[in-house]
Amino acid sequence: MFMCRTGIAVVGLGLALTSATYGHTQSQRYDIGRTPTAEEIAAYDISVAPDGEGLPPGGGTANQGQSIYAVRCAECHGATGREGPNDILVGGQGTLASDQPLRTVGSYWPYATTLWDYINRAMPFETPGTLSADDVYSTVAYILFLNGLVEENQRLDLETLPQVRMPNRDGFVLDDRPDVGPTAVHPVVASPVSHPRNEE
Amino acid sequence: MSRSDPKHSIVSRGRRRFLQLGAALSSALVACRPSSNLSSDQPSFLGGPVSEYGTRSSLERVTRTFRSSLSRENASSRTPLHALEGIITPASLHFERHHSGVPTIDPSTHKLLIHGLVNRPLIFTVDELKRFPSHSQIHFVECSGNGGTHWRQAPDISLQNLHGLTSCSEWTGVRLSVLLEQTGVQTGATWLIAEGADACKMARSVPIEKALDDVMVAYAQNGEALRPEQGYPIRLFVPGWEGNIHVKWLRRIKLVDQPYMTKDETSKYTDMLTEGKARQFSFMMEAKSLITRPSGGMTLGNRGYHEITGIAWSGRGKITRVEISTDAGATWREATLQNPVLPMAYARFRFGWNWTGESTVLQSRCTDETGYVQPTRKALIAARGPSYYHYNGIQSWAIHSDGSVHNVHV
Repeated sequence: MFMCRTGIAVVGLGLALTSATYGHTQSQRYDIGRTPTAEEIAAYDISVAPDGEGLPPGGGTANQGQSIYAVRCAECHGATGREGPNDILVGGQGTLASDQPLRTVGSYWPYATTLWDYINRAMPFETPGTLSADDVYSTVAYILFLNGLVEENQRLDLETLPQVRMPNRDGFVLDDRPDVGPTAVHPVVASPVSHPRNEE
Repeated sequence: MSRSDPKHSIVSRGRRRFLQLGAALSSALVACRPSSNLSSDQPSFLGGPVSEYGTRSSLERVTRTFRSSLSRENASSRTPLHALEGIITPASLHFERHHSGVPTIDPSTHKLLIHGLVNRPLIFTVDELKRFPSHSQIHFVECSGNGGTHWRQAPDISLQNLHGLTSCSEWTGVRLSVLLEQTGVQTGATWLIAEGADACKMARSVPIEKALDDVMVAYAQNGEALRPEQGYPIRLFVPGWEGNIHVKWLRRIKLVDQPYMTKDETSKYTDMLTEGKARQFSFMMEAKSLITRPSGGMTLGNRGYHEITGIAWSGRGKITRVEISTDAGATWREATLQNPVLPMAYARFRFGWNWTGESTVLQSRCTDETGYVQPTRKALIAARGPSYYHYNGIQSWAIHSDGSVHNVHV
């Protein structure tokens, strides 16, 4: 749990200064609310973790996703994912350190599971929730294929999707502010963001 | 005289309003029978009747602004900071940022589910949430993209269009710590995911320490129910942290053992640094101050006395000092802070100034209770390179000899 410990340590610096303002109420149970059924929780719970927790059964390939992308995605993201007018999805690898960094799924996003989670919960923009699990896997596979990250016929599912290694996985550092002014921590040595799986 | 937007003219505002008022009154005499407070030799007229829900004077015109964009649903609107007083933003002028539009939610059917690494998952109606001990606190909200234009350019535009993605309100709700006492928190629950009921099911990961410290599930703003565009009927409120994490239309909280790396905490709201790296989980909004009057687009109509006023805030706690420079940062003098000065809320500052009629640059610089001092733009860029989010550099307003006020970098 390196990620969590490190993250909290950084966050904790700010909290120590604000907690005196609030204090906590005494622990008390009020007998308000009810226990949800397992079905209710399952209906609500759409979250997908970086390690694949929450991914449903099903799967798909880039070949299967090509036609879905053309019909459901290309209007906003371009025929090849590079044209826009909305977020550019493809390209930009190798540009992040340049004067004109191009942040795309392929160049910037650290986890492939994020793409699955986001398409599933929020896309297509005007009709979210209308893609089946197989459709989402296939569309994710196609966007990753356009970025050169999976093969055309590589099936992505709850086992294989989390194993896709995104190029910018290690491109993030944790919050090391203040990084300017009299209270800045010098020298600035930011901790890399790492996932628990990387530590195991 | 006014330079571009006549709404921003200081000198002509009073006179114009008087003229507008006169025109409006003469044309509306029969309808509302307004009375004059200047003459005693005229008959008086009754005013308007009581009403169910108040509205501002029809002569007031200040509004939020928004750019034409590809989508009005995935868009933002900006608070007219230049035209507001004190520290509270009217709910009707609170800035907006929606990613999939404003949903219409019936509070009688809306529910909040808390589950995951808890001992007792629970589901609450909105009425049930209001039965818990309640809590009110005045806090700012600021989009982490606010002022981001400054990273790369200095367009000659207004304060509202430069920095209007921030507002300050009194928020009322139930502490999340109280709700988590009901569910219990299992060992290993280090983060939670907050999720909205909007079309995109906006989701963010929040560290459990912050959740147990001062986060609340809010249902009221400035004394009344949240506005739909602010999350009606309930939203997460995360004091001092970037706007996006205050998940609106809150429907679900899941306690988990890791951040879930959602789209808005990876591809967005992360800070590009030098050498291709990016800072992640930079939640807290650092101290920032803005001179709201005079500001871009306004015109100083006369030499002599002018009150410089503005707002300052810090995600780390209370503002302890605001300094003003009227000579482009060469010298600084302390402004007066108006009470109350509250943690993670706007503080209103005032500073008397005699303008000689010469061109100069006005700046404000704030310090918070941790000793953090609002940096210059140059210092920020030296530390991070031209980034995208979390811009809090000192704002410079150039005063030209004709009295016009312009956004500049010095």
